Formats: sequence, C-alpha cells, structure tokens
Amino acid sequence: MKTIVCMKRVPDTEARIRIAAGGAAIDPSGIKYVISPYDEFAIEAALRLKESRGEGDVTAVTLGDAGSAEQLRSALAMGVDNAVLLKGEATMDGLATAKALAAEVKERGAELVFCGMKAIDDDQQQVGPMVAELLGWPCVTLVTEFSIEGETILCHREVEGRVEVVEAKLPAVVTVTKGAYEPRYPSLKGIMAAKRKPLEEKEAAVAESRLRIRELAYPPERPAGRIVGEGVEAVEELVRLLREEAKVL
Amino acid sequence: MPKILAVAEQRDGALRNVSREVVAAARKVADALGGEVHALVLGPAGVGDGAGDLGRYGADKVWVGEDDAFGPQGEESVLRVIADLVAEQGYHSIFFPASAQGKELAPRLAARLDVPLATDATDLSVEDGELVVTRPVYAGKALARVVLEGTPRLVSLRPNVFLAEESARAGAVERVAVPEGVEPRVRLREVRAAAGAVLDVTEAPIVIGGGRGLRGPENWHLLEELRDAIGPGCALGASRAVVDAGWRPHGEQVGQTGKTIAPQLYIAVGISGAIQHLAGMRTAKTIVAINRDADAPIFKVADYGIVGDAFEIVPRLAAAIRELRAG
Repeated sequence: MKTIVCMKRVPDTEARIRIAAGGAAIDPSGIKYVISPYDEFAIEAALRLKESRGEGDVTAVTLGDAGSAEQLRSALAMGVDNAVLLKGEATMDGLATAKALAAEVKERGAELVFCGMKAIDDDQQQVGPMVAELLGWPCVTLVTEFSIEGETILCHREVEGRVEVVEAKLPAVVTVTKGAYEPRYPSLKGIMAAKRKPLEEKEAAVAESRLRIRELAYPPERPAGRIVGEGVEAVEELVRLLREEAKVL
Repeated sequence: MPKILAVAEQRDGALRNVSREVVAAARKVADALGGEVHALVLGPAGVGDGAGDLGRYGADKVWVGEDDAFGPQGEESVLRVIADLVAEQGYHSIFFPASAQGKELAPRLAARLDVPLATDATDLSVEDGELVVTRPVYAGKALARVVLEGTPRLVSLRPNVFLAEESARAGAVERVAVPEGVEPRVRLREVRAAAGAVLDVTEAPIVIGGGRGLRGPENWHLLEELRDAIGPGCALGASRAVVDAGWRPHGEQVGQTGKTIAPQLYIAVGISGAIQHLAGMRTAKTIVAINRDADAPIFKVADYGIVGDAFEIVPRLAAAIRELRAG
C-alpha cells in the first residue's frame, strides 16, 4: 500500500521562543528543530502498517525551507522509503500548505495519507482535514490506533473523554495523536541507509498567505504569586484565599 | 449589515457550554461592526429545545435543524447546511467552538469555501472595521494577532476563554431542512466510555493536574477525592511525564504536546512545571501549586503555592473544601 506522511519541522518543545525584530516572526537563532511530535506518531503509524502488511511504500512529504531536509533525513532514518521536500514557505495559513501537500499527494498517488493531529508551532490543527477536503477523501482526526480491513480503515479516535470507533473507505486521510504509535529511534543501520535513500527536492507553488500576522507578542506575565505556607497548616489559608480573594471556590 | 454565524455544538442532544460562549463572543464583534448574530443549532431531535435560549446570549436569529442526520456521523450534513447558509446569507464571519468537532468542521469548511481559518482564538477585537484575532502559538509561548483575508472569516474560539455574557436579543427560531443526497464519509461503529460522563480538561472550569510527585498511578485516588470534593465542573489533568510513563491517558495531558487549557482554577499537584507544561496552562485564571520543592518552576507562575507533601496536603484540602461546601 502506498502511503504518504505529511510532516513539519518545528522548534523543539523545550525551545524558548523569542520574537524577532519586526515583530511578525520568531528569532530562529539558537533553536533546535525537530519533527513535530505528532508527525512522529504519523510516521510510526505508516511504518507499522507497512511492516504488518509485509509490503508498501512510505513517502514523507514536507513543505518548508532547505533546513527541513534535516527532518526528512530523520524520517528516512526511522524507515520511510522516500522523502520529498516541497520548497516553499509554510505559513500560518494552513490552507496554502494543504493545497501544496494535496497537489503532491495527487501527483504521487496514495491510498492513505497520515498527518500529525497538529504541528506544535502554529497550533492551527487544520492541514489534515483540509488535505482530505481538497482531495474529496474522508478524514478521521485524533486517531490513536487503526487497522485496515480490505478497502476500509477502522480507527480508534480519542475525543474529549471518550473513544469512538469509526470506519472510512480508502483512500483517506488520518491525523494521528499519541496512542499506539510511540515513535522508534532511528537505528545506526537506519541512519546509514537513510543516506542512500532518495530525497527529492522541488519548488512548490505555494499560495500567498491570507492570514496576515499583524504582530507577535509575549503572553502577559502572570503577576508574582506567593507561597501561602508550608505543609498542611497552609491549607486553611489557601482555601480562604481561593474563596475570598480569587473567588474561584 | 455584516452578519456573523455562531455555530453551536451539541453532545448527546444537549447544547455544550461553549455554544453560549461562541454566541456571546459573536455578539460583541457584531456590535462593534454594527451587525447581527445568527446562531446555528444542528443535532438529533430535541436539540432545539434550548435553542431559543441562545437569544439571551445575543443571537438575533437561531437556525435550528433537528434530525438524526445531524447526529453522530452527521458532519457532512452539517457542512452542507453551513455552506448553503453562507451562499444565501453572505456571512462576514463564522465562529466555531475550538472543540474536537469544531477543529474538524472549520478546516473542512475553509477548504470547501477557499478561505483562511484562525484556530483557537483567545481574543477578538474590531480595529478600523477589521476583525483582529488573537491566538496563541507555540502553545502559548507567544500570541499572534492576525487578520483573515477572505470572506467569510473563519475562526474557532477556545472554550472557557470567552464569557457567556447575557445580552438579550430576539433569538427568533427558524428551521433548516435536512440537505438531500448527503452521504457520511465516516461511519461511527461504536462509542466507548460513558457518554457525557467525563468532563474534558479543556471544558472544565476547575482542573487538577497531577505530576510525577504523586509517585505512581495508584495514588491518583488522592486527586479523585479532591475532584469529588470540588464537585462537577472539576476534571483531572496530567503532566507529560505522567502520561509518558503510562500512568494516565493522553487525553488528560496538559501542555504543548497535550491540551491547552484555560480554567478558572488550576491546581498543580506534584508538577515541577516544565516549560512545555506551563505553556498549556498559563492562561488559567488562578493557579495553585502544591510541591515539595520550593524551587520548582511551577511556583513562578502560581498565584498561590504550598510547599510540602502532596500526600498530606491534598486530603486536607479535600476535607476543607467538603466542609466549605457543606456550609
């Protein structure tokens, strides 16, 4: 089965975000970049599917600048077969990104597209469903585990306190969240093999962003808090403060 | 006159709280624009019972569709209804709840209408006649103020952030028909865990977060007792360390790789406060931290902290709140 994983290069979760001069972008200096964690689950899901079927072809696709090749190499080292770097700017306008990705899916052909449930930089959580809609395919979001039964994909979704079991006909797009697909670490063999795997680079036709960033700002500092006290003796005072000062109890 | 459509959300036939928040937020923006608010309530039979009530929160008109076609796996029908209303009414903006469902419907509608979408707004303003959306990025490490170039402007609103303030309007109910020839693309086979029994961390006004300081999943009864003392409206969350260790399900994870929450009160128990956790809960109105380590970063964001042993403090806190509740 031919599958495509859409992934994104993002700042590591531990990164301190600094706003660049001009105020509409972040300062990339000193930031360590990684594959967005949910995209790692998506890669793992695609690899497990290929392994369980004993056949298949997994392609990782990303829209981004030249630096994104580093994350595609990591995906190749994890075990994907091919990688495609669509060179262009991935803006906050998820629809512009989804159009570029959907065009690549159409061109390569695939029966299943995996995305992370969101990228942890822009937090827009929209590319997966948009790709599905642009292709006219069903979309199942927030998938923790899935299986293929003939021409149908059966998915477990984790939705706000409950688990839904849903099915959709292939081809389909699924967005993956934390669940059964704890990503593997690339083995030394995988890292060596990745060097010989194809990493195709091509210019992408990306529509201009229609989501204009006027400015980025730091969140307001929280007013300095206080230590109410130590140990159980402080509980009474805490309850009083929550009730009378914060008025939340 | 600019019109804003506020899409309500139901679960098991009842309107979710966030629906009132979305209508009230739409009201404020409509007032600034000199426009009107339409609410949309779609769901199985009975869902329309509380629909007129949305007038109290500022809806001039409430579109209501009651049919099983709008129930589970009804997303295609819902999308069709919205797309048809857009064609007929020419909405200036459409506001969705940034719930699991809203975060799936809104992007699909955006792709269908070929307009941009801003997800998870935490503030809305009108500046020089233009809608400006504030939304957290990098899980709240920064805030972006954005403008959408497309009509309708699609925005999803983070639950618990916008106040469901009353601002009475007519709330005139008008029925919408079930669109014909719509086939679900995804079929629901089964729902596990009790319907509506568990309050999600993103929706709960009070959240108790547990961390590694609790030493093991067997000690979660401490937090459950505190939750029960506080009452309905309180949900349990967890740090990434705890979820990675398999102590708690991912659905409870608060942080950059989990959920971002904005409750009235967040009580962090045995959580040190890694940057990725702080990002997910720093917009809580009031933060309480209980931790043995006086130097833990969580105390830097906490309004109130108690340094000490959670195993002693939490039961005492539960008892004090029970006493308070008993009155």
